Amino acid sequence: MTAAARREARLQRKRREMVTPEGIALPITLASRSTRFGALLIDLIIIFAVNIGLSILLRSFALAVFAETGLANRAAVLEFLQVVMILVSFVLLNGYFMFFELGPRGATLGKRLTGIRIAARDGGRLSAEAVIARNLLRDIELFLPLGLVVVWSIMTMMGEGMGSALLAATIWFLVFALFPFFNRDRLRAGDLIAGTWVVEAPKRKLAEAMSLGEGSRGRSVTTGAHYRFGDEELAVYGEYELQTLERVLRENKPDALVTVAETICAKIGWESGVGDERAFLEAFYAQLRARLERDMRFGKRKADKHS
Amino acid sequence: MKRPTLLFRKKTPEAPVDIEQAALRSDRFRLKREGEWKRLEEIVRRMESGRLRGIADEELLELPALYRTAASSLAVARETSLDAATLAYLEALVQRAWYQVYGPRIGFIAWLRRFFGGGWSAAVRAIWLEICIALAAMLAGGVVGWLLVDSDERWFYSLVGGGMAGGRAPGAPVEVLRQSLEGQDHAGGLSAFAAFLFSNNAGVAILAFALGFAFGIPSLLLLIQNIALLGAMLWVFHDAGLAMEFAAWLSVHGTTELFAILLAGAAGLHIGRSMAFPGDRSIMAAAARSGQRAAVVMLGVVVMLIVAALLEGYVRQLVAAAQLRFAIGGAMLAFWLAYFFLFRGRAQGDAR
Repeated sequence: MTAAARREARLQRKRREMVTPEGIALPITLASRSTRFGALLIDLIIIFAVNIGLSILLRSFALAVFAETGLANRAAVLEFLQVVMILVSFVLLNGYFMFFELGPRGATLGKRLTGIRIAARDGGRLSAEAVIARNLLRDIELFLPLGLVVVWSIMTMMGEGMGSALLAATIWFLVFALFPFFNRDRLRAGDLIAGTWVVEAPKRKLAEAMSLGEGSRGRSVTTGAHYRFGDEELAVYGEYELQTLERVLRENKPDALVTVAETICAKIGWESGVGDERAFLEAFYAQLRARLERDMRFGKRKADKHS
Repeated sequence: MKRPTLLFRKKTPEAPVDIEQAALRSDRFRLKREGEWKRLEEIVRRMESGRLRGIADEELLELPALYRTAASSLAVARETSLDAATLAYLEALVQRAWYQVYGPRIGFIAWLRRFFGGGWSAAVRAIWLEICIALAAMLAGGVVGWLLVDSDERWFYSLVGGGMAGGRAPGAPVEVLRQSLEGQDHAGGLSAFAAFLFSNNAGVAILAFALGFAFGIPSLLLLIQNIALLGAMLWVFHDAGLAMEFAAWLSVHGTTELFAILLAGAAGLHIGRSMAFPGDRSIMAAAARSGQRAAVVMLGVVVMLIVAALLEGYVRQLVAAAQLRFAIGGAMLAFWLAYFFLFRGRAQGDAR
C-alpha cells in the first residue's frame, strides 16, 4: 500500500455519515483523540486560571475590608470565604462545560480553538439532557479518579500505606481514559451514555467558480492560442485527477503548474510549450470537467484514470 | 499600502458576475444559487457568535427555508458537479446550518428553570421501578448489617472501617456514644466540615450511578454495603439503649442524603437495566436514552447532597433535641416525596 493510499484509508476510518431529518447524508469527520485532549487541556487551564483569579480577588477584597473595619472575627470570615470558594470551584468545574456546550457552537472554548464540537450521534437534535449527561460522566471519568490518584499518591509518599487504593484509583482512571481507544467512534464513556460524539466543525469560504475566465473557453489571453482537446485525450483521466488539477489551479503555484502541464502533455501526447501553462491547464480542466459532468448526468462515473 | 480614506463605510458588494459567462453548466447552477448560500452563511455566522439580538425576526424565519435550499443544492451538486471546493463548502455550510436548526433549543439557565419546574421530578417518576428495586436493596442491606452484628460483634469491624467508627464500637461506654450524638452550641468550624461531607457523599452517589454501566450489579452491591454499615451502627446504639436518639440524629440529614443515594443507585440501575434489556433498540441507543434521563436525576442528586451537607454540618450540630431532629428529618422527607411524586409542574419533553 502506498503512503497516499494509507493516508486515504486512515481518513476513511474517521469519516462518518450523518443523515439529517431531511434525508440528506452529511459526511462528518470524527475529531482525533489528540485534538480532544488538547481541547480539554485548554479548558482545564482556563478553569484553573479563573479559579485562581477569583480566589485572589476574594482574598484581597476580604483583606481590604479587614484593614478598613478592623473586624474581630477574622477567622470565621476567612472560613466562610473558603466555603464560598469550594462551592464556586465546584460550580465552575461542572458548569463551564455544560454552559458552553449548550451554546450555539456546541463547544467549549478549548473545542472552539481546536475546531471541534459535539453532536448527537443519531443525527437528531442535540438535547440539553445529552449535554448534561456527558458532562456529569466527566466527573466520574476524570476529576474523581484523578483527585483520588493525587491525594493517595501523596499519602503513600508520606508513608500512609495507601498502595492498593492508589492502584485501584489508577486502574479506574485508566479504564475511562483509554475508553476512546477501544471503540470505533472514539466515544468516551460520557459520549456513550449521552448519545453524543465529538466531530470536526469545518468552516470554509466559498471559492471562486472555475469556469469564468477566457482560459476555460480554451482561449489563451497571453498568446491567443486555442486549446481544444479531443475525446480520446480527455478520456485518460477521471474525477480524482480532475480534482487534483482543481487544487493545483486554485493554489496557483508556478512550478506546480509547470510540472502538471508537462505530465498531462506527456500523457496525452502533446508537445509542451513554455510560459502559457495556466491557460493550457484551465482549458484542459474546463473541458475535462464538462465531459465528466456530462457522463455523470447520464449516470456514468469515472473515479480515476484506472477505471 | 492601502490608500488612506477619510470615511469608514460598508464594503461595496462584489459586482454580480454574469451567470451566462460561465462555461460550465454546473458553474452556472452554482452562480445562480450562491447568493442564497452566502445569506445563509451570514445568518449562521451571527447565530454562532451568540448575538441573537443582531438578527432580525425575518432572517430567523428564513433560516429553515435557506437551510433546506442549501441542503437540496448540495443533493443536486453531488449528482451534477465535480467542483470539489464548492462541494466541500456546501457540505460544511449545510452542516453548520444543521447545527443551528437542530441545536439545543434552550440555554443553560432556561434549562435549569425547567429542571426545577418539573423536569427533575418527572425524571424521578420515570425511573420508579428502579427506585423500588434500589429501596428493596437498601432495606435488605440494613437488615443484613443488623443481623450480622447481632450474631457476632466482630462483623462490625469488617463492615465499618476504623476511620468511620470514631469510638462508636460495640461495647463502647454509653457516655461516649451519647456524646457523639450531641449538638454543639455554635457554628464555628462547621462550614468546612459541611463542605467535606458534601464531597464525600457526592463521591458515593456518583459511584453508585457510574457503576450502573456494569449492568447495575455493582450499584446494588454498593447500596447494600453502605446501608449494611448503617444497620451495624444502629445495632451498636440499640445495644446501648440509644436507638431512638441515634435515629433522630441520623434523620436530620439522613432522610435527604439516603434518598439522594437511593436515587443515584436507581439512576445507575436504570442505565444498567436498559443496557441489559434494550428491547427493540440497539444497546447504544438504549444506553443513550436512559443515560440522558439518569443524568437529569443525577443532577438532582447533587442538589440534594448539597442540602444534606448543609443539614448535616449546621442544623444537626445546632439542634440537639430528639423530637426536633425527627421533625426536621420528617419534614425534609415529606418535602422530597411531595416534590417528586405530587408536584407535576410543567415538564415538557423530559419524561420521555
